[in-house]
Amino acid sequence: MNDPYDVIIIGAGVVGCMVARALSRYQLRILLFEKEADIGMGASSANTAIVHAGYDPLPGTLKARMNVAANPMWDNLSGELNFPFERRGDYVVAIGPFELLKLDRLLDQGRRNGVPGMHLITGEEMRHREPNINPAVSGALWAPTGGLCDPFMVTVATAENAVQNGVQVLTSTAFMDFILDDHARIIGVKTTRGDFPCRWAVNAAGLYSDDVMHRAGVRPEFSITPRRGEYMVLDKAEITINNVLFPVPSEVSKGILVTASLHGNPLCGPTANDIPDKDDRATTSEGLEEIRQGALKMIPSLNLRHLIAMFSGLRANGNAPCETPGVEYNHDFIIEIPASPRGLVNLGGIESPGLTASPAIAQRVVELLKDAGEPLREKPGWDPIRPPRPRFCHLSREEQALLIARDPRYARVICRCELVTEGEIVAEINAPIPARTYDAIKRRTWLGTGRCLGGFDMPRVVEILAREQGISPLEVTKKGEGSGFLVRKTKLVEG
Amino acid sequence: MARKSKYDVVVIGSGPGGLAAAISAKKNGAEDVLIIERDLELGGILQQCIHNGFGLEVLKKDLPGPAYAQLYINEALALGVETLLDTMVLDVSPRRRIYATNKRDGVLDLEAHAIVLAMGCRERTRAQVRLPGTRPAGVYTAGTAQRWVNVEGYMPGKRFVILGSGDIGMIMARRLTFEGAKVERVLEVMPFLTGLMRNYVQCLMDYDIPLQLRHTVKRILGKDRVEAVESVQVDEHWNPIAGTEEIIPCDTLLLSVGLIPENELSRKAGVSLDPITGGPFVNNEFQTSVPGIFSAGNVVHVYDLVDWVTEAGLLAGKSAAAFAQRERESEIRHLPLLPGENVRYVIPHRVDKESLATGDVRLQMRVKQPIEAPVWVEVRSGEKLITRKGEPYVRPGEMVTLVLPSKVYDEVRQARELSLAVVGR
Repeated sequence: MNDPYDVIIIGAGVVGCMVARALSRYQLRILLFEKEADIGMGASSANTAIVHAGYDPLPGTLKARMNVAANPMWDNLSGELNFPFERRGDYVVAIGPFELLKLDRLLDQGRRNGVPGMHLITGEEMRHREPNINPAVSGALWAPTGGLCDPFMVTVATAENAVQNGVQVLTSTAFMDFILDDHARIIGVKTTRGDFPCRWAVNAAGLYSDDVMHRAGVRPEFSITPRRGEYMVLDKAEITINNVLFPVPSEVSKGILVTASLHGNPLCGPTANDIPDKDDRATTSEGLEEIRQGALKMIPSLNLRHLIAMFSGLRANGNAPCETPGVEYNHDFIIEIPASPRGLVNLGGIESPGLTASPAIAQRVVELLKDAGEPLREKPGWDPIRPPRPRFCHLSREEQALLIARDPRYARVICRCELVTEGEIVAEINAPIPARTYDAIKRRTWLGTGRCLGGFDMPRVVEILAREQGISPLEVTKKGEGSGFLVRKTKLVEG
Repeated sequence: MARKSKYDVVVIGSGPGGLAAAISAKKNGAEDVLIIERDLELGGILQQCIHNGFGLEVLKKDLPGPAYAQLYINEALALGVETLLDTMVLDVSPRRRIYATNKRDGVLDLEAHAIVLAMGCRERTRAQVRLPGTRPAGVYTAGTAQRWVNVEGYMPGKRFVILGSGDIGMIMARRLTFEGAKVERVLEVMPFLTGLMRNYVQCLMDYDIPLQLRHTVKRILGKDRVEAVESVQVDEHWNPIAGTEEIIPCDTLLLSVGLIPENELSRKAGVSLDPITGGPFVNNEFQTSVPGIFSAGNVVHVYDLVDWVTEAGLLAGKSAAAFAQRERESEIRHLPLLPGENVRYVIPHRVDKESLATGDVRLQMRVKQPIEAPVWVEVRSGEKLITRKGEPYVRPGEMVTLVLPSKVYDEVRQARELSLAVVGR
């Protein structure tokens, strides 16, 4: 039997990682585990990368409160954790006369939620700010506190900082059940890697948070219906989109927006389709057609021939009613310590704006634990700073030369399009949360996301992953068990 | 290792186009020629093309890719072409400066009188043919699979479907069959073969690999690794025909859906690109829109035979050598004026020697330190005094003007540089 943990966090998406980091501040023994081969492989890796201002959620909901509370935290967070973040602001763009009416409602909603600085601008002003916009634009809602982040590095940097401060992380470890004592108190967690005793367990299982809470007998009526969102990424050389452009929202989603990733690629999407399978992250021709139409409505000159990637993510769309009296809403976040069993921190239905809200959710978990009588004593020497690793393409030539002089592996370019060097890849493999798969390296370095889509770098990265981990290239995978690149040696080599 | 910081001709890429350009530049009078190659050896993609069929038109020989490449590698090295291997060019400026890195030299900052862009092409990807479905391991371009099999000695799958009847795809169908893999079929969305007929006969027909025209992949299935693809027939407008779908179990989908000239560096150099070919606009010397920057081979447009790439390279190399020679002559003709003792700067920086044949050239300069006594302002070529002028004093705040008289033309013609100095009288 292992030594008991004070807190075990189930699921290392952005929410689990934020909770781990927030709790690493206190004198607690913490385990964060994840069923996939890498952290942040679920919704945290496939979303719009937006830090929402907070005008979208219905006033009075937990979504609205968490969103608006979290938004101002991001500047400090990105400073401490050294992940890419830019507060560019965002627009909700009305096309034609009828959509204009909806902007007033959104502005009012945003003001009631406490979103600062919002105002309406004219169609003419919008055309001036985004020259590629549909000329039929009739007006827009401007929210200056909206931001863009690199969601992969948000998750990685947060988890790394937790590790720096003593949190243990296990990947490829799946939740099986809770272990309860005779007094309905959680005393441990059963996983595919054995049983881990603990005093507190945090359900941060994202898409699977319903299954996990049901294991504890909590909220049997709660269920998650995966809502799939498909996206298109376009070549950055073809058009420059600097703004985050939302259409006016529908009942089910915020609609097809056109934005840019912080790496400069135009990003269009997402669709919103409820699907039965929590594993089904396929893209569809229907979805791509919907994105195409939505994107062209916003930017008619967008040339979708310059597509460089398609992907989809699943939103953890739950059915929890809002607990504020008088607010009719059935898709709210769950952030609670249930009365029974004791020892559970239950997070559920954390869909959009979950990424934005994650630091506030983590803060709320700390408060709930305090309220439950947990003596949270600050850890002396807690370090909030995650040191950055060098990104060759962001350095000046002088800095590039200095870096190469220190480590010549930074002179060997592995990904031509995105300019990623062997030195950066090796650094990610040896980082506090090691990148062990091709996709793990891709998410951290942006390698293989350019025009050749990894055609050039793939054999080279497989070779580096094998060499650095002391394994055969046959054992290197794209994203964990069962996703190997190669099946055997050729006859000549075998002979 | 680059031995110099300035070359007559620098060739970027050492595939058939680059090798031919380097050889031709050298043979046509370029003084020093450097090839920069990103891979560990010269030859480019030819090194992974171990099948035959190279050289039929130009050499009248039927060679495998590496043997074809080796002929040109040997010739280039025998001519004294320098090479930088495992080196990535990061930037090329319109003024023909090249910024590159490698593990041995670190950062390289080179100048060239002429540049030949010979980066070849890259393969179109899954996204460019808008192939929906899951994103498992086992979806590769045919060229990536070819590298694994022929260079690194690994099989990327057991059961293959190939999308596209391009040459690399058909050649890989045969190669994989040799290695004991099963190639289920080749799908082609067009109503005709897109590669060479000889490859269809020798690579597909001879091995009973079915080709389905007017068929494409509708979606990819499989979570971690490809488990199957769904194929579908298309009508004359490339729309899928409902009811013709078929699930083909396989563990790998190879894409042979076309090639695109690789022009990231050309863009950085300010070269204008033709939206139809994807390559630079070129003249009959293969010069791009930027003077002194030439291009050769698949970087211009995608060829179907290597022989024509070699021919293009030979022409581009010759043109680059001629341009470099004109640049060299112009450099010899333009004499640098260097600031010497107590001179901060001189304008102009260079003097066209021939302009002295028709008239005087006026020089203006500022001194570093004041001298409150009579001085000589001297122009020398090495030790030899060309002309001088007396001044009662010099001060940094007061510009000094001096005339280089037409009569020194004969002396100046022999000079390699001139220096100006202000010395006590």
